[in-house]
Amino acid sequence: MKILVCISHVPDTTSKINFTDGDTKFDTQGVQFVINPNDEFGLTRAMWLKEKQGASIDVINVGNSSSEPTLRKALAIGADKAIRIDADPLDGYFVAKQISEYVKTSSYDLIIAGRESIDYNGAMVPGLIAGFLKINYVTNCTKLEIDNEKVELDREIDGGKETLNCTLPLIIGGQKGLVEESDLRIPNMRGIMQARQKPLEVLEAFDCSSNTKTIKFYKPEPKQAVKLVSADNLDELINLLHNEAKVL
Amino acid sequence: MSVLTYIESSNGKIKKNSFELASYSCELAKLLNTDVVALTINSEDVNELSNYGITKIIKVNNDSLNKFKASTFADVISKAVNHTNSNYIVLSSSLDSKYLAPLLAAGINAAYVNNVIGLPSSLAPFTIKRTAFTNKAFSDSSINSDKTIIGLSSNSFGLIENSVQSEIEELNVEVENSDLTVNSSEKVSGQISIADADIVVSAGRGMKGPENWNLIEDLAGTLGAATACSKPVSDMGWRPHSEHVGQTGKPVATNLYIAIGISGAIQHLAGINSSKIKVVINNDPEAPFFKAADYGVIGDAFDVVPRLNEKLKEFKAQNS
Repeated sequence: MKILVCISHVPDTTSKINFTDGDTKFDTQGVQFVINPNDEFGLTRAMWLKEKQGASIDVINVGNSSSEPTLRKALAIGADKAIRIDADPLDGYFVAKQISEYVKTSSYDLIIAGRESIDYNGAMVPGLIAGFLKINYVTNCTKLEIDNEKVELDREIDGGKETLNCTLPLIIGGQKGLVEESDLRIPNMRGIMQARQKPLEVLEAFDCSSNTKTIKFYKPEPKQAVKLVSADNLDELINLLHNEAKVL
Repeated sequence: MSVLTYIESSNGKIKKNSFELASYSCELAKLLNTDVVALTINSEDVNELSNYGITKIIKVNNDSLNKFKASTFADVISKAVNHTNSNYIVLSSSLDSKYLAPLLAAGINAAYVNNVIGLPSSLAPFTIKRTAFTNKAFSDSSINSDKTIIGLSSNSFGLIENSVQSEIEELNVEVENSDLTVNSSEKVSGQISIADADIVVSAGRGMKGPENWNLIEDLAGTLGAATACSKPVSDMGWRPHSEHVGQTGKPVATNLYIAIGISGAIQHLAGINSSKIKVVINNDPEAPFFKAADYGVIGDAFDVVPRLNEKLKEFKAQNS
């Protein structure tokens, strides 16, 4: 089985969010980048499939050379090969087009992406790829078991979950539940050394435009200080929620 | 060119978030100087939509659409888009709609923007505000496409009542099938889901153990709220994973979020930031949550929560 894991290169959760170039670009200065957490759950699931069923894992990223350390980390965790499509990831549509065009040249049984990236939160890359390639798609995926061609999945739904079946090829939008956080792997020294020898292909981008453009970023207005209410005066809290905030 | 909004139903009944979607779509249509059409799939009673300015309703009723399937529903919506010649499609931020949106976008060659929190600030180019960086920032996105799908963030726009006459058209569609099958779905019954709730009562490690959650459930019961929890609580198995809110859990965008015994880690705050009003109850005045909250009570949850619950019951009795 050939698996492709889509890796988004995102600022660490605790990063300070600032913008530059007249508030049109994310300020990467001093920011630590990581594998998008939703993608990392998927990569770890792919490792289980590799170890149990002998799958091969390629990882792919659409980005410039600054995302290579993130791809190397995925190789150190255990992926076999990395592909970087050399382009600025303009928007979700552009990224999905690039990955779809690549997949057309190199077929995969299973493609794993995250339900969304934690930076732009577009939540569209796996769904668009499914739409472009006309393959099965399940997002908010919290369980993935593959037995030969038969696939069993769970999907989180509002207020519960559902179970699904399908055949390969398939693309999922993964999230926590595929594996737990305690299952995530920290690359060991041997993995890091091996990763240096593994192939990292850089491919030219497919010619296409984006269909959205970020004109300006804003940060939220500084919040007003919290209004403290004494624990002995809970009537006041109810009064504020009713008359001032108007939420009761 | 119309504005088409897909109105979700659950067991034949229109979902509550639909009225915000209808209100938004009407205002969008006004700005664009065009008409608004609502699409319903297997809804029994659609008349309520006419209280929110919807002048035209397209009803698709088909037994093979009783179970939600993203590819099939996206296909039905794309047929309605063609039928009404719509250029703007407005979807909710439910998990089902977020699931089908990119499939629809690929199918009708549309741009898709989600987490939208308002009407366009400009029509040429079409520019719209959305949240990004998991609610830590906003962005203005401009669209370069003939068709645009807008995913509206829940509780970001509100309701605009406008009673009108609605014309209803029944549309027959052929339903395509794929080998992807939905076997079963389990919903926690008798409870309000986090996505549907106006109020969420959420608790963390400060509750000391799962046996104390009756305090949280009682308070949620009084308020008609959904219950949620912090990540450590779901990791320790005190509460189901489906209640975990935060960056890797569920996002919450409610009118009122009450956090009890939750310190307020950045990952948690990222998930709940788009809630309108945040109340924190914590015995540690240094808890980071106090910096993110609108109202705070410094006190022991085991003392404050039961008393708050009693007072809210009195308040509800007087105001109902």
